[in-house]
Amino acid sequence: MKISGKLTGALMLTALVGTSFGAHARDLTVVGFGGSVQDAYRSAYWEPYAAEKGIKFIEDTTNGGLAKQKAMVETGNVTWDVVQMEEDELAIACSEGLLADVDWATLSSYKDSDPAMFTECGVGAIVWSEVLTFDADKIKDGPASWADFWNTEKWPGKRGLRKTAKLTLELALMADGVARADVYKVLATPEGQDRAFAKLDELKPDIQWWESGAQPLEWLAAGSVTMTAAFNGRITTAQGEGRNFPVVWNQQLYSVDYWAIINDSPNHDQAVDLVDYMNSTAPQKRFAETIPYGIANQKAMAELDPEVLAILPSAPDNLKEAIKLDSGFWIDHGQELTERFSNWVAR
Amino acid sequence: MITAARSEADKEAGHRRLNRRRVTSLLLVAPLLIFTIVVFLLPIVTILTNAVASPEVSTGLPRTSLALAGWHPADRNLPGGEVFDALAQDLSEKSPERTRAVAAAARRLNYEVGGFRSLLVSTERAVKKSADDAGNWRERLIGMDGRWGDIETWQAIRRAAPAHTPFYILSALDMRQAADGSIGMVPENQRTYVAVLMRTLKVAAVTTLICLALGYPFAALMVKSGRNFAFMLLGAVMLPFWTSLLAKTSSWIVILQEQGPLNKLLIWSGIVSSPLQLIFNATGLYIVMAHMMLPFMVLPLYSTMKGIPSHYMKASSSLGANPARGFFHVYLPMSLPGVGAGALLTFIVSAGYYITPSLVGSPREQMLGYFVAFYAYTSVNWGLASALGLMLLVCVLALYLLAGRTVGVRQIAGLR
Repeated sequence: MKISGKLTGALMLTALVGTSFGAHARDLTVVGFGGSVQDAYRSAYWEPYAAEKGIKFIEDTTNGGLAKQKAMVETGNVTWDVVQMEEDELAIACSEGLLADVDWATLSSYKDSDPAMFTECGVGAIVWSEVLTFDADKIKDGPASWADFWNTEKWPGKRGLRKTAKLTLELALMADGVARADVYKVLATPEGQDRAFAKLDELKPDIQWWESGAQPLEWLAAGSVTMTAAFNGRITTAQGEGRNFPVVWNQQLYSVDYWAIINDSPNHDQAVDLVDYMNSTAPQKRFAETIPYGIANQKAMAELDPEVLAILPSAPDNLKEAIKLDSGFWIDHGQELTERFSNWVAR
Repeated sequence: MITAARSEADKEAGHRRLNRRRVTSLLLVAPLLIFTIVVFLLPIVTILTNAVASPEVSTGLPRTSLALAGWHPADRNLPGGEVFDALAQDLSEKSPERTRAVAAAARRLNYEVGGFRSLLVSTERAVKKSADDAGNWRERLIGMDGRWGDIETWQAIRRAAPAHTPFYILSALDMRQAADGSIGMVPENQRTYVAVLMRTLKVAAVTTLICLALGYPFAALMVKSGRNFAFMLLGAVMLPFWTSLLAKTSSWIVILQEQGPLNKLLIWSGIVSSPLQLIFNATGLYIVMAHMMLPFMVLPLYSTMKGIPSHYMKASSSLGANPARGFFHVYLPMSLPGVGAGALLTFIVSAGYYITPSLVGSPREQMLGYFVAFYAYTSVNWGLASALGLMLLVCVLALYLLAGRTVGVRQIAGLR
């Protein structure tokens, strides 16, 4: 009886020590938007870094939103360390204290990088763009603008669009003939918002909504959509797999995603070190060669092949008719428009 | 005398014995009681408070909230200079905790008026930059941003300032408080949740009816058939019950999709000429939901039917009733408690489903649970998520009470 009591006690103690030890020794956890861009992070950044430092890392994916970050910080159970975030959500999360405020000037890679890519709480990870694409093997005379995207008489079939207000309302206004410089001015007014939703109403029966960036290209390959909005890097990946999906740079919508570190992360120092590594010249070059997203490190940019530079969203030719995602607008109107959008989709 | 004293002592001892037994039984049920409070009552209380709590503005802008209490927006005058000074003071504190509190207030105020977030954050920056804190902030704030000169801006702060507001509950009912404080419906094209609630109740009701239509004969067959066959039938109901919900859902997607085995079979057999759209619409939703919910219907039905003595039906036919009459006058009334229990269980569980509808339905079949998840996980609007959850809870509770009145709670719980 006594022995078994002691044994139970010992077992319980080991279990306790085990769990608390496990909680502290959580491996560095990195979170991206999944799909081919995450594959590129893994091969260009995470695996070489882990090999160099002799550590293990855990991957997770997100489709955006701040709920997880908020829950982690508020409950003190932080399970992510380095996370990829969109610009507007980064700013909101930063002001609400969900992200660590790091002095990026202390990074060794800081001097090689575009200073504009460092903001409060975030380091520019990629410059990405949402563009129009289609299967050129099936459509010879393809669409060239968002107005064409809405033209279901000339090109019948389903359209892929991202199931978010952000990135979709802008396209609707451009399709409705709003000049790119005025898109956010119009969208800031109630009439402009009604106009965008009315334009989406026209296309609604033909829209197939995607949530993760990999879906639209799978659908395009399977032929279940005729044309789709997609992230430029994913399209290049599909081209590499032999698909004839051209990128329509006209009216591209581009923005920057950032790396951020969750506040109170138990692996804070390691996380800062990883961000510094990811932003340094050799890994950045490796990354941009794997998937054509813009990068922060200018030294790495200078070393890139002209052919790679030409397919980046930031190439001068591609920027001619581009609009930049206005994160200030989405910080202000994201909540109401996101809610109105999700209600509209469900109707 | 002696006997009286003795009986007094006896009584006392009896009381003590009774008390001891009470304490013992209380101790015995204590784990259950604590469990119920922790996993059942506390979450409900949290939801209730979250749906009306609005602490952000009063903690983020404490002086402004206090100062605004004395302002009467009815006379269409801007608040006095002391309110502007209070706001500047609230925004000028430099500690990170205060900055976070202001950010939370900005998020809350942005629900009231779109654009409030940047208004507050940019004003905060400007106020912190201006070194002197001498008064007359009224002109300076209006100079920073003209919106501080609008009565509506201050009305929004005043509306959101109390620690409890009806804002989320009203939103969940497609209503809102206008600037003047009156409550009305939101514009027609923005109403959603009442319709979604009706849709949720409809999906749950139709699923319940399908399950009843399938489950009643199935349970009756289980009772009638021999031991081995009954065991097999029970397995057919229970096996899917033990399988993961996601595995079941994805198998259905494979079976029902356009090029799936079911469509191929239908075309091969010549029943249809082109594939039917069986998934990602209401048809698919009902098929999959009915499959998920069937055990909740069959099990209570089976346990009730098992208790109906078989010679009752024989007695009814020996008294001259044909089988139909015997069924409607003897069997059906006796199995009704099982029908009530199964239907209520199926209805309540289906009303709360959201993963299955979001996987096999179109956006038009999304149920209230989807919106609760959307506001909790994506939009981080926990107040509205709670209010929507509360709405569903109230509907289900009302139904439960109604059923309790008509069928009886004890019968629903299978206690009789």
